[in-house]
Amino acid sequence: MRVAVIVFPGSNCDRDVVHSLETTVGAEAERVWYESHDLPREVELVVLPGGFSYGDYLRCGAMAARTPVMDSVRRFAENGGLVLGICNGFQVLTESHLLPGAILANRSLTFLCKNCTIRVERNDTPFTALCAPNQVLQMPIAHHEGLFFLPEAQMQRLERENRIVFRYCSPEGETQDAYNPNGSMGHVAGIVNERGNVLGLMPHPERASERILGSADGAFIWNSLHSWLEEGGHR
Amino acid sequence: MDYSAFGLRKKEYEIIREELKREPNESELRILGVMWSEHCSYKSTKPLLRQLPSKGDDVLQGPGENAGIIDIGDGLAVAFKVESHNHPSAVAPYQGAATGVGGIIRDILAMGAWPVACMDGLFFGNPAKDKNAGLIQGVVSGIGGYGNAVGVPTVGGKTVYDDCYEGNPLVNAMCVGLLRHKKIIRSNTAKPGHLAVLLGSRTGRDGIAGAAFASTGLEEDTKGSRPQVQIGDPFVEKLVIECCHELIDAGLIISMQDMGAAGITSSASEVAAKSHTGVIIEVDKVPLRESGMTAWEIALSESQERMLLVIDPSDFVKVAECAKKWQLECATIGKMTEDARFRLVEKGETVVDLPAKLVGDGCPEIHWPASSGTGRKGKTQHSRVRPAAWKTHLFELLRSPGLKDKSPIYEQYDHMVQINTVVPPGSPVSVLRIKQTERLIALTMESDPWACALDPFSGGAETLLKAARPLWVCGAEVLGATDCLNYPSPEDPDNYRALEESVRGLAAAATEMNCPVVSGNVSLYNESPGARIYPSPVVGLVGLLRQVNEYLPQGSWKDGDSLFLAGPLRGAMGGSMSQRLLDGSPSGAPWVFDPGQEKVFRDKALDTAHRNLANSGRVVAGGGLAVALAKEFIHSGIGASIDPQGLEDPFEVFFSEGGPRALYAVSGNKEVDFCRLWESFGCRRIGFVDGDRLHVEGNFEIELDDLLAVWKG
Repeated sequence: MRVAVIVFPGSNCDRDVVHSLETTVGAEAERVWYESHDLPREVELVVLPGGFSYGDYLRCGAMAARTPVMDSVRRFAENGGLVLGICNGFQVLTESHLLPGAILANRSLTFLCKNCTIRVERNDTPFTALCAPNQVLQMPIAHHEGLFFLPEAQMQRLERENRIVFRYCSPEGETQDAYNPNGSMGHVAGIVNERGNVLGLMPHPERASERILGSADGAFIWNSLHSWLEEGGHR
Repeated sequence: MDYSAFGLRKKEYEIIREELKREPNESELRILGVMWSEHCSYKSTKPLLRQLPSKGDDVLQGPGENAGIIDIGDGLAVAFKVESHNHPSAVAPYQGAATGVGGIIRDILAMGAWPVACMDGLFFGNPAKDKNAGLIQGVVSGIGGYGNAVGVPTVGGKTVYDDCYEGNPLVNAMCVGLLRHKKIIRSNTAKPGHLAVLLGSRTGRDGIAGAAFASTGLEEDTKGSRPQVQIGDPFVEKLVIECCHELIDAGLIISMQDMGAAGITSSASEVAAKSHTGVIIEVDKVPLRESGMTAWEIALSESQERMLLVIDPSDFVKVAECAKKWQLECATIGKMTEDARFRLVEKGETVVDLPAKLVGDGCPEIHWPASSGTGRKGKTQHSRVRPAAWKTHLFELLRSPGLKDKSPIYEQYDHMVQINTVVPPGSPVSVLRIKQTERLIALTMESDPWACALDPFSGGAETLLKAARPLWVCGAEVLGATDCLNYPSPEDPDNYRALEESVRGLAAAATEMNCPVVSGNVSLYNESPGARIYPSPVVGLVGLLRQVNEYLPQGSWKDGDSLFLAGPLRGAMGGSMSQRLLDGSPSGAPWVFDPGQEKVFRDKALDTAHRNLANSGRVVAGGGLAVALAKEFIHSGIGASIDPQGLEDPFEVFFSEGGPRALYAVSGNKEVDFCRLWESFGCRRIGFVDGDRLHVEGNFEIELDDLLAVWKG
């Protein structure tokens, strides 16, 4: 599995994603500088990692969405390539209009770093193929802007099209306000595009992919991607 | 010339004239005034700091550099240091705290290390008062705002509340970095002809003479001091870290300095003095943020996110290319010279010409007079709580800001980035893994201002031991210490005595425990009209676990475990949380340092962890055994029955603090070995793990939900 992990000025989870991909599924992960006009050859997955691209100045992800490398990522996605945006990477995807919605400041108006539980709403995506239906995964969040927002009509459409892949939930799998850390609409933690090949999520799978870090649930995502690609899956 | 306007004393001015054999000009006086300030020169504390042990087999770099470095095996080492940013945080809480974090990270970077963790020592007034609450939120957001964006996890720290910090908050930031021995960068490697290159942000008027500002008491109206507070940009700092490491990996950096206090002046003169060279800085070449800055303003600006690199002239093009990639300013601002002078040149004219050694190292020490008082002690008969009210007393302790749940603070910090955090904040120790090895490093930060106020010598020793004991109990050997000495004005003989005695206590404990103090910082004059702080030394410790399975967790009781109190049955009431809550202010005698006893405790605690003799271990600290039991209950989610029968003076057993005491949970098949190990030191079975409530026989029962409601407030 060949992976390009995009590095913007201010990205700070790029090395973590590379480490996680290498140790869990033995992926060949390469960090790609944002000024590149092309992705490395034969890349099968692009990851937009977490961090503070451009210091989160202007608006989270807004500047990164307008960099040269994002043109390549857009083409890659249009051709069915798999793209995963984590945290700031999710913000870059919405700012790039590869995913719908806006990601606003947390309900608490503070940065929040804590463990959360999320429920897998769909296991027919390349990112969740090895998860059980409604499986609960433990993964941390770390963001100041994580409240997913869409106007009501578009939100209904998103629900109708079954595009919500992860929702914040209790450890038992119930969606409740008390377990929605940032006030996200519909308890949304992660969504996918219409075609199902571009996923953005706020929680950090790379921070929960080894037992020593307190949870290895994030590895379900890496393993799902790995086996999807091994089986020649294509969107 | 009016030397006092520049913060210089008469004797200092005379030495300058004698050395120069002429009158210094105004720029020179301004520069010496800042460099000879308390903050930069340590003139009041140098004689005291010499007592601290700094050598050891594993010490690769002791005090005198940007940070200390200790070997952890396999060619790896840790660099660490704590530094104060007290005055700036009092005036501008968000920026003061943020730039404190930024500055300490650059100190670690300057050694060639990759910063892997930050911790913070925070001291505030009563958080129930609005003015303190606003300041606290400002400081916490500043630490988070900077640390989160720069990508260095904030993994722990110490938060202290007392009225003496109202108006005099303390913000101590510690950073730990990881590096390979062969990548260590030092400041004594520059040679004449090397270039002095400024990398990072442009230079502005912010933070001019901040070091001098930090060396006096705070005025009633601190708004006028705002220009002396620096403004931080964590985004630029992140780029500086990445850029410097690319340059280090390419072997392009000969020496490197953070531009912290006193900016270009301190960084350039320090490299020159340590390398036995001179340096000439052309101020016109410094990239500026604003026009019209004078030579001395440029030389003393404390604009953030700037590094001074010493490089070979033939490498400049490569260095500049790397800086361009990371969108950073990069300019040759001077060069190292044969003579031992620190010179500033403006438009071809030499405006400052001083011996480099005089700038950084020439300030004479000051020996302030010490009083012969014996601390504040006061009454030794403490109030007691009758058994029927123990539960209420325990709840009051857990509700107090110093002991209550700190997650509302640490959840605002990214404590996981870099994916090394094995034990996150909220535990007595923070633990990080070292990737690609079996090793773990464990970190603690402690302070005991109340013990230091009551008995400075014992308090100084207890401060270090409070930080060391949790490391031993979790199975970590102590590698070394960094300290931040926060005190009021040394010019008051009582204050000076407390300073002198507590440092002596700290040094005694460090020496006895073979704990080298490899770096640190001093912050004096922490006082404002009407208030002065208690003596508040802060100790940060780094410990090492050689194997992951040597780690003994806390809050991991198992059903059926026996609970043992290892060590003396009682600590001290003087200065304890319980005593202060009951009496309103610290009084009495704190725990008295007994090196022999601490060594035995250390050996047995390490043995317990390494032989896996217990399921859970927690040092008895703030709030005493009662709070230790409550916290173990909360984190284990399982109850216990405690039998206080037959204990003489059970109130003191449950609520006293200090000393080498730990609460262990031991499973049945390990009890014999555990008791054999500890019996010569003191080992008392106090109960067993069982049920869903904390039950102290004949006294009280607490349900977990009630306890959580109190503790989380």
